[in-house]
Amino acid sequence: MWESLKEFASWFFVTGDPLIYGAMVSIALTMVAIVFVLTKYKKWGWLWREWLTTVDHKRIGIMYLIASLLMLFRGGVDALLMRVQLAFPNLEFLHSDHYNAIFTTHGTIMILFMAMPMMFGLFNMVVPLQLGARDVAYPFLNAVSFWLFMFGAMLFNLSFVIGGSPDAGWLSYPPLSQNDFSPGPGQNFWIWGIQISGIGSLATGINFIVTILKMRAPGMKLMKMPMFSWSVLSSCIMIIFAFPILTVTIALLYLDRFAGAHFFTMDGGGNPMMYLNLIWMWGHPEVYIVVVPAFGIFSEVVATFAKKKLFGYTSMVIAVMGISILSFFTWAHHFFTMGTSANVIAFFAITTMLIAIPTGVKIFNWLFTMYRGKISFKQPMMWTIAFIPCFVVGGATGVMLAVAPADYQYHNSYFLIAHFHQVLIGGVVFGYLAGIYYWWPKLFGFKLDEKLGAWGFWLWNIGFYVCFMPQYALGFMGMTRRYYTYGWDLGWEPLNLVSTVGAFLMGAGFVFQVWQITYSIKHGERDTTGDPWNGRTLEWSIPSPAPFYNFAVVPQVKELDDFWRVKEEKANGTYKEEPVHLEPIHMPKNSGLPFIMSFCWFIAGFGFVWEWTWMAAIGMVGVALVMWARSFQYDTDYYVPVDEVRRTEASLGRVY
Amino acid sequence: MQQVANNHEHGHAHDHEHGHEDHEQLKVLGFWIFLVTDCILFGSLFATYAVLMHSYAGGPTGKELFELPGVIASTFILLTSSFTSGLAILAMNKGKVKELIGWLVVTALLGLSFIGLEISEFTHLVHEGATMSTSAFWSAFFTLVGTHGVHVSVGLFWMVAIMMQLRRRGLTPVTRRKVTTLSLYWHFLDVVWIFLFTVVYLMGVM
Repeated sequence: MWESLKEFASWFFVTGDPLIYGAMVSIALTMVAIVFVLTKYKKWGWLWREWLTTVDHKRIGIMYLIASLLMLFRGGVDALLMRVQLAFPNLEFLHSDHYNAIFTTHGTIMILFMAMPMMFGLFNMVVPLQLGARDVAYPFLNAVSFWLFMFGAMLFNLSFVIGGSPDAGWLSYPPLSQNDFSPGPGQNFWIWGIQISGIGSLATGINFIVTILKMRAPGMKLMKMPMFSWSVLSSCIMIIFAFPILTVTIALLYLDRFAGAHFFTMDGGGNPMMYLNLIWMWGHPEVYIVVVPAFGIFSEVVATFAKKKLFGYTSMVIAVMGISILSFFTWAHHFFTMGTSANVIAFFAITTMLIAIPTGVKIFNWLFTMYRGKISFKQPMMWTIAFIPCFVVGGATGVMLAVAPADYQYHNSYFLIAHFHQVLIGGVVFGYLAGIYYWWPKLFGFKLDEKLGAWGFWLWNIGFYVCFMPQYALGFMGMTRRYYTYGWDLGWEPLNLVSTVGAFLMGAGFVFQVWQITYSIKHGERDTTGDPWNGRTLEWSIPSPAPFYNFAVVPQVKELDDFWRVKEEKANGTYKEEPVHLEPIHMPKNSGLPFIMSFCWFIAGFGFVWEWTWMAAIGMVGVALVMWARSFQYDTDYYVPVDEVRRTEASLGRVY
Repeated sequence: MQQVANNHEHGHAHDHEHGHEDHEQLKVLGFWIFLVTDCILFGSLFATYAVLMHSYAGGPTGKELFELPGVIASTFILLTSSFTSGLAILAMNKGKVKELIGWLVVTALLGLSFIGLEISEFTHLVHEGATMSTSAFWSAFFTLVGTHGVHVSVGLFWMVAIMMQLRRRGLTPVTRRKVTTLSLYWHFLDVVWIFLFTVVYLMGVM
């Protein structure tokens, strides 16, 4: 009995690596600490009522943000471990298997469990406020999306201590990701972590499309809608077309592994190249899904901090929507070297280069918005200004990669690594950080400290170039991605060392930002006006932090940047005060079902990962029961009485 | 669609009376978008099937094992169920709850027999030695046809839930919306089946 238990444990848990034992201990300690604090301060009920069951888009946004910052930490630690291993030739800091696992989880986490939730966090925090709406179209579904993401992410991260991490690369190409080469549950964790959170992403896409199309304040025609909301629309359209492909692709991969199917196998008529096509049909739109909202953020930030209307609004709309279509016609540029015909390669090379056109339009629009503006260099604007040169270089190297004949030289080299980090960090991360700094006061009621933020900013930026510029050169020198070590004879060591130093500078930048947040909770400048940046759009017209119903009175919109119009009219005395008439506000009720259903998905996912059919069945029955129960629930909303609205507004300093 | 837009503009003026109906219309629009995503899902499976449809790997082919009479029967059953679910909607528009539930029962029974036929077809194929792991062709076949079958089965459970709610609550804006989305879903599955019948079975035996 004891022996078989020991055998099970050594198979179930990851053993043998001191780094992982250390991580296990720290995870266990953190969990004990959380349970202890919640119990000691009797916060379990509060946690359940206020957060786990909430359907308020702002709270869901905050939870997304917290989760994504945790994931940024984990993905960042993975990156630093890799950079340590590569700092010098022939290091034995990481074993080759461990290195494979780490680059796999680094990529997966950064795209799917860091960038995506941070983006959804910003969607949730901002879009309804910007549209003058009281919530998203489907608040319950919104909570379902969040919890599916959360449990998917937890399932994925569990692989690190239980069962072993996936190690076939962030997109897990077969045949490497098949049973023969990746036996055991690691690869299944990758599949099911992504599958479960992917369902949530799809639902979010639907939710925000309907929100944007149908929940705008009266008078806000589409062409009077703020640019960030446009970018969210573009991103969500890509989500609904791309994510079903991902769902199918990884389901087929799982069938290969679990049911012995032959979709992507080397034998039985399977076709591994089909996997590459399918996964990149999702994968390439995916990078635009995450970067387009960043473009929206820059547009808002540039207009606000240059105190000018956004230059070329219409061309910006066309550019953003054009990218959502073009993004579906470039996927094969990820494997120019894999032997398709010259015509196919030419087609995809040209479509890839075409993307540079709308992107260039946007860059010029931002520059012209700044031109002759009175720019105030607050944190959101700093990140925006840093983004422009960084993204231009990243884009240009992207066009270099799109030149198919030359790509044979760069393919899968560190040149590629440097390129996509430059667009993903310089574009996505800088953009989301700009957005977080910009909208933080609206969510939390205080600004983030400028001084600590400046430290974070400069460390990130200097660190970025120190880390990634050498990698372009390393690519040309013949270093390909996913090497876990290299010899002294190759001459790569100086540039690799420099790159590692840069990575640690970025890590230090992140530490400053965490410090900045904790410092600012107590000492940050409070926002009592609701409009800390002299903003232009509706979200700045309500108090900070926004009350749970957002708008006491639904605003009537006349122009693009309507709040700016109101402020201007008030300044020159032409503003006509309309009589305010408070009405009861229709709101959705909180519900525990999204959490419970997602937990059932987690159980099912865990069963699928270990190929324990009984457990998967229990989980799926749970999911079905929750859906059944929800279908019979009719009492899902309520009205906030006028008195309560008046009281809440008065406590926020607004009298009606 | 036009109606959705109209109701919406209306809604802001009298949030009170129309708040609920508005919200139901919003859900119908969301369901349409969900169907778009489901369309992409089936599209990906069809594409997969098209790539692998001749990869028999020495195993049996579709031509050898498909039995068209059964498939044609199930096609007619599913098409009829689409028609009866349309009759259910007509009954709903006339406000006749009993008739509505009656047509839903007929639809569900037809759906159930469709699933029954599919299960017996799959059993037969497995007996003949065609399984998920026989060849890429059969993997693609079982996944594509099976995914459609799972969709129909989920629709059956959903239909039962809605019939129960209709009995309990009669016709309200909420139950009306639920019947509407259910019938959209059902018609959608019917359309998918027409493609499936053509691409998989007809082209398979040609």
